[in-house]
Amino acid sequence: MTWDMDYALDVLPPILEAFLRYTLLVTVLASVLAAVLGLVFAVVRRVRVPVLTPLTTAFVEFVRSTPIPIQLFFLFYVLPEAGLTLPGLFVGVVTLGVHYACYYSEVYRAGIDGVPKGQWEACTSLSMSPRYQWQHVVLPQAVRNVLPALGNYVISMFKETPFLFLIAVPEMVQEAVAIGGRDFRYLEPVTIAGLIFLAASYPSSVAIRRLEKRLVHA
Amino acid sequence: MSTPDTAAPGAAGHHRDGEPLITFDKVVKQFGDHVVLRDLDFTVAPGERVTLIGPSGSGKTTILRLLMTLEAPSGGNIWVDGEPLWHMHKGDQLVPANEKHLRAVRTKIGMVFQQFNLFPNMSVLRNITEAPVCVLGKSGEEAEHQARELLERVGLEAKADAHPSQLSGGQQQRVAIARALAMEPKILLLDEVTSALDPELVAGVLNVLRNVAETTDITMLIVTHEMQFARDVSQRVMMFDGGQVIEQGPPEKIFGHCDHERTKRFLRAVIEER
Repeated sequence: MTWDMDYALDVLPPILEAFLRYTLLVTVLASVLAAVLGLVFAVVRRVRVPVLTPLTTAFVEFVRSTPIPIQLFFLFYVLPEAGLTLPGLFVGVVTLGVHYACYYSEVYRAGIDGVPKGQWEACTSLSMSPRYQWQHVVLPQAVRNVLPALGNYVISMFKETPFLFLIAVPEMVQEAVAIGGRDFRYLEPVTIAGLIFLAASYPSSVAIRRLEKRLVHA
Repeated sequence: MSTPDTAAPGAAGHHRDGEPLITFDKVVKQFGDHVVLRDLDFTVAPGERVTLIGPSGSGKTTILRLLMTLEAPSGGNIWVDGEPLWHMHKGDQLVPANEKHLRAVRTKIGMVFQQFNLFPNMSVLRNITEAPVCVLGKSGEEAEHQARELLERVGLEAKADAHPSQLSGGQQQRVAIARALAMEPKILLLDEVTSALDPELVAGVLNVLRNVAETTDITMLIVTHEMQFARDVSQRVMMFDGGQVIEQGPPEKIFGHCDHERTKRFLRAVIEER
């Protein structure tokens, strides 16, 4: 088993293409979905709306307690039996996005709890409406406090995108393994896929650590 | 100039001459079994400045927090400017106030907190302009003009673009005073505003407040341990203990020759502590 550089360079472009077209795209879209939906979950759980709040809490617990592959299978293979067929890429984005939204909601919740009581009281003393307090005082502070934690979740979601091969989304790992199967040579394609993960994750986590330090000192 | 000295007195309200601006009518506040205020009655006249003194736990701060609607009373009624604070009229009956009613009455009241509570995500200027723009509906320009005047008044015109974290505690508290005044309240509540400050920063804050007291007729309720300040600015001092007023009168009387042994002991303790 020796590393063949020419072969490696040959298989790099299709693997990179799969990375950009699927892995990266899914990560970006699912992160945005998770960031927005997670915030909605966190606020709904905090403001205590009858029916909606307990439902949200139950949903978050349910999603967090079941594995991503089951959720993927369910949406991709079970729903069509009920007459609802969804494209793989869509299922991938929704599953990862909603799954991480549940984690995000916990993170946001910690951020919201971290905003001192005096901030809410100052808002009341200035007659600000609850909506205004949330938008302009509480959430900006809460989100700022938890940005590093959110960033770390983006990286871990990024590393879970290979699960999408379970629902036939041709993301990067799927592509690398397919190339390996075609040529009976797995070393180069699989290594390249791993290195691409490393090349994307490591600088991101360094950047997050820097951000964390800056937020602490500011 | 739209600072409180022109805007606060007699602005639209239900107040009639000779009536108190604030009335506590048999107000009870308890946390669980612990009774903080018991059947408390008192009134404050428009423009009056009253200092509340008493040992910690005597309910002084709770009175301010009830007025600012940060806590709900357990019983009794509070009237502000002729309107019930925690209740509203529905036909002939008084029913518990809804959020809208609370917000309407609240705009007449401002508060300065022990811990300043400036918004760290906004500049000093925006801390002051935010509520006048979003609550009172002032234009951005008008609010900024007013904020700069207020900053000048508290001696911080150069800090308009700074962030709260860049200011000393005393400076932050002066901004907090400007922020409260920007809402042109009829009533200003001062909750131990110098307690969290380093000793050398206390005088600056108190001077700002003395100036506000001299140049406006905002009604003030002051909780403080700064007895000289209380003597300088207030027309009346109320001594609390066990959730009730045990003695009250002009500062010369309370600080000079009070009637109650409890008051004497308290004042002696405060003086020794300093």
